[in-house]
Amino acid sequence: MPIPTTIWLHGANEHEPAKSIYFRDQFVRQCHGWDWRMPVEFYEYRSQFLQRVTMMVLILAYAAVLCSFASGMLALLINQRTSVHALLERVPIQRGGRDWLDDCLTESRYPLRLKQAVFIVLGLSGLLAVLAGIAVLNSQSAFTDQIGLGLPWLPWHVRFDSLSGFFFLIVGIAVVAVSIYGPGYVEAYQEEKHPFAVLGLFTGLFVAGMLLVLLADDAFFFMIAWELMSVASYFLVAFQHENPANRRAAFLYLLMAEVGALAIILGFGVLASFADGLTFDALRQANLSTTWASIAFVLALLGFGMKAGIVPIHVWLPEAHPVAPSHISALMSGVMLKVAVYGLIRFCFDLLTDVHWQWGVVLLVLGTISALGGILYAMMQPNLKRLLAYSSVENIGIIFMVLGLAMIFMANGFPQLAALGLLAALFHAFNHALFKNLLFLGAGILQHQIHSLDIDCMGGLIKRMPQTSFLFLIGCMSISSLPLFNGFVSEWLAFQTALQVDVLDNGVLRSLIPVSAAALALTAALAAACFVKVFGMIFLGLPRSRHSEKAQEVDDKGMLLALKLLAGLCFFFGIFPTLIIAALNNVAKQLIGQTLPNDTLQSWMWLAPVSAQKASYSPILVLVGVLIACAFTFWYLRRNPDTKTMRRAATWDCGFGGLNARMQYSCSAFTMPFRRIFAKVWLIDEQIDKDMQGALDMDVSSIRYRLQVEDHCWPRLYQPIAHGINSAARLVGRIQTGNIRVYLGYSFVTLIIMLWVVSL
Amino acid sequence: MNWLLAIVQTLLFVALAPLLSGWLKWCKCHLQNRKAPSLLQPYRDLMKLIRKQPVVAEHASWIFTRSPYIIFSAMVLAASVVPLIAVDLPTAASADVIVLVGFFAFARFFLALAGLDIGTAFGGMGSSREMTISSLAEPAMLMAVFTLTMTASTTNLSLAIAHVLNEGLVLRPSFVFAMFALILVAIAETGRVPVDNPTTHLELTMIHEAMILEYSGRHLALIEWASQLKLMLYGVLIANIFWPWGIAQNFSIHALGYGLLAISGKLAALAVFLSISETLVAKMRLFRVQEYLSFAYLLGLLGMLSHIILEASR
Repeated sequence: MPIPTTIWLHGANEHEPAKSIYFRDQFVRQCHGWDWRMPVEFYEYRSQFLQRVTMMVLILAYAAVLCSFASGMLALLINQRTSVHALLERVPIQRGGRDWLDDCLTESRYPLRLKQAVFIVLGLSGLLAVLAGIAVLNSQSAFTDQIGLGLPWLPWHVRFDSLSGFFFLIVGIAVVAVSIYGPGYVEAYQEEKHPFAVLGLFTGLFVAGMLLVLLADDAFFFMIAWELMSVASYFLVAFQHENPANRRAAFLYLLMAEVGALAIILGFGVLASFADGLTFDALRQANLSTTWASIAFVLALLGFGMKAGIVPIHVWLPEAHPVAPSHISALMSGVMLKVAVYGLIRFCFDLLTDVHWQWGVVLLVLGTISALGGILYAMMQPNLKRLLAYSSVENIGIIFMVLGLAMIFMANGFPQLAALGLLAALFHAFNHALFKNLLFLGAGILQHQIHSLDIDCMGGLIKRMPQTSFLFLIGCMSISSLPLFNGFVSEWLAFQTALQVDVLDNGVLRSLIPVSAAALALTAALAAACFVKVFGMIFLGLPRSRHSEKAQEVDDKGMLLALKLLAGLCFFFGIFPTLIIAALNNVAKQLIGQTLPNDTLQSWMWLAPVSAQKASYSPILVLVGVLIACAFTFWYLRRNPDTKTMRRAATWDCGFGGLNARMQYSCSAFTMPFRRIFAKVWLIDEQIDKDMQGALDMDVSSIRYRLQVEDHCWPRLYQPIAHGINSAARLVGRIQTGNIRVYLGYSFVTLIIMLWVVSL
Repeated sequence: MNWLLAIVQTLLFVALAPLLSGWLKWCKCHLQNRKAPSLLQPYRDLMKLIRKQPVVAEHASWIFTRSPYIIFSAMVLAASVVPLIAVDLPTAASADVIVLVGFFAFARFFLALAGLDIGTAFGGMGSSREMTISSLAEPAMLMAVFTLTMTASTTNLSLAIAHVLNEGLVLRPSFVFAMFALILVAIAETGRVPVDNPTTHLELTMIHEAMILEYSGRHLALIEWASQLKLMLYGVLIANIFWPWGIAQNFSIHALGYGLLAISGKLAALAVFLSISETLVAKMRLFRVQEYLSFAYLLGLLGMLSHIILEASR
């Protein structure tokens, strides 16, 4: 029975559905001559349909999780060729299929085919996650379910709503890109040193863990999924464990992840002690005093912030991200940090129903510090992946800032502005996932081709790797928030949120928010400078090392395709941001019960989040304008055939001759002005050693320059903590005499005390 | 009709930009007891450059050869957003003042990349310094602009200017602070004395010129024109935000003509002030620029705070 979709939606909103359906029915029949009515059947059909949708959306989500598990399990088969062969012998398959299978199972082909299969299944998981996310965002409702796993009295509760759906979308897109990229990238690993089984298994578990976190609807399940995600990613960070530095980074990561997890557990514990049960529904009902709610908030902020990497608890991030394989760092930086953001949003906006503006201020200040600190530290890094990791700290800072704004507006009774802030934060999370993935995967290609991540060893790659360089440029432009790209839109929305400060009464907030907006502007400008440096040093100028002189474009199509996909999305959502904003409106509606005013969505061309009188931006018009201006000048200035071709000539060398690559500006030279202006931000150790020669020891024969730039956090925060723990351990150590009689005495005394306590 | 007028205004903007720098040069020459070139000299220079075949450094990539077009287009787009002779034009809605800052960032991004592309020390030096100065100037500029947008409660430039017009002449302390902040930023961003000297080629001091040292022919013409446009954009921003009187509020020929006259007068006066200050002030050391720009930022902040404390309606 063909039923137009519009009628279902119409029927859902009406108080007198039969009547309205009847009128619609009349109208439709008059127009099209269709022969159907019977509203009763229609309603049955509709409820059946909705049930089916519920099933379908959840099945999609489950399938995504199962696929990621399956890809992990599949990876374990890498060394089991004979067993797989024996198993498949028994399965009846048609002749053509059998030949193909036999071909795949030959000793030389098997590893390659299996790796491809693992990544195809992983990609399928990503695709299903995207579909599930889109489906739930469109349906605008929440789907709940229970799985009979877990504790006997507490089955795993599952809830799949718009917020989860949106993060499913983020995870899905990233996983699809990574699985297109993966096969080409992992080829470089030698099986003996870096077994694929480990990589594939933990990648699958990692993705599954992230998806399960998004699905969890009780604290117990949430923590299990969270730990699955953390521990699986620990093994991925430790994948190249032959290097002691990598082992240290992985341990630091594990340590901080667990401390964070403890904080989250305590946060849930505070909530649970006021509620009956561990399900999120029960936690929502919990009636907390302001003090306890604030304690829960601080614990959640500590736990999720540690995972998200806000300053000063970001130190694991720049250590762990560079040492993981590039596609894993892309997932960790692009997606896992977002899962932490999801956790914070779920905890603060959903579970703790009343937010307080003081929390918003905390988030705003921490976010501002993270954003500025992150980008300033990023600027000084010579290692590309380390730089990108620090830039993630910056972007997470921006997200936290805008979340803080949303909280402030929410607590002051402006849910519409809170919706705007939440929307800007989520949109930035989405954008950051896209362009940071793009840049990390690009960094992976560079590492693959040049065998180094040191920016000072690169240069001139734009001619040798034209495609990679172009795609990387798009990533750099997006992250520098230039107009026409997606990064700009979310930053624009963030500014728009901050500029609505006029509605607030509190004088402190009214002056704090504009200052943080200016800090955001400084962050954006510094990010642009940082990524000019990155692109300029890596791709432009003359090659600075032999490797980059001989570099070639990567020949694996998949690796480039993944970059193209992400770059295309960066541009697409920069031009058509309203698509995402429409989806995000549903999230805001579900979370804080408010959406943006409707005129945002009336047209795909205009972005006017508050109202057209307040602010508007039309990326498509800007694009058309740029194209016209560019095309016209390009055509007009090159009309004359005599001067159309350019003449190539030697670069001007001031008449001295012998211009070489070492005379270019280097990474540390480019950032020297910043180092001087913001000197207090880093711990700078700069040494210049000169060797003298000649009769009076006055001529310089050679000169060495050493620069070390370090984070303030280590000596100021972590070393005292480590010191304190060590001395505490030494104190406790005094009672450990090593003498069995003393230990028996301890047991005896303990027993006496316990008995005494019991008998009281 | 409105769109046509918007396009005409943009073209007028682009066409008048060289005249403004010609006038500026003329004023400066007279103040410094030199013989002034004709007012039309910038046009002649541009024509000459456009006619010449460009010579490109051997290691340059497409970034270097395409950047001038991108930079010029970004500036033209910026010009289409800023109200010159009339408010309430449709292009102003397509991009607000934050996007305008974005256009400047776009142009600067490519200019800095082009400086790094040729692989010389000069290019890198210019790029590094340009990015440093601009990243300090951008927050100061936004701070000044936010003062305006919060007063008018819109970031749409055209509407904000209309708001100031409707308010009439009110002495707002926040506007005074914001104006001075914006003037300081404008001087830094357009590469004028005391931050940068557009006429120097001394390696210790040059910023803008260092980046474009390798450009020639039509590429150089486009970049020169773009920087003239940028100068005029900042001029028009200062003139029309803080003294919008005279700008056309309807599209009658009379009003438009009056608007054109008004903006010409305002820009000419601003250029006279700029040339006097350039004659009187010496260029400062590169690492004094941060103090200069943080002063601009401070002014912007003071403007914002005085708006919040003294003027806000609540």
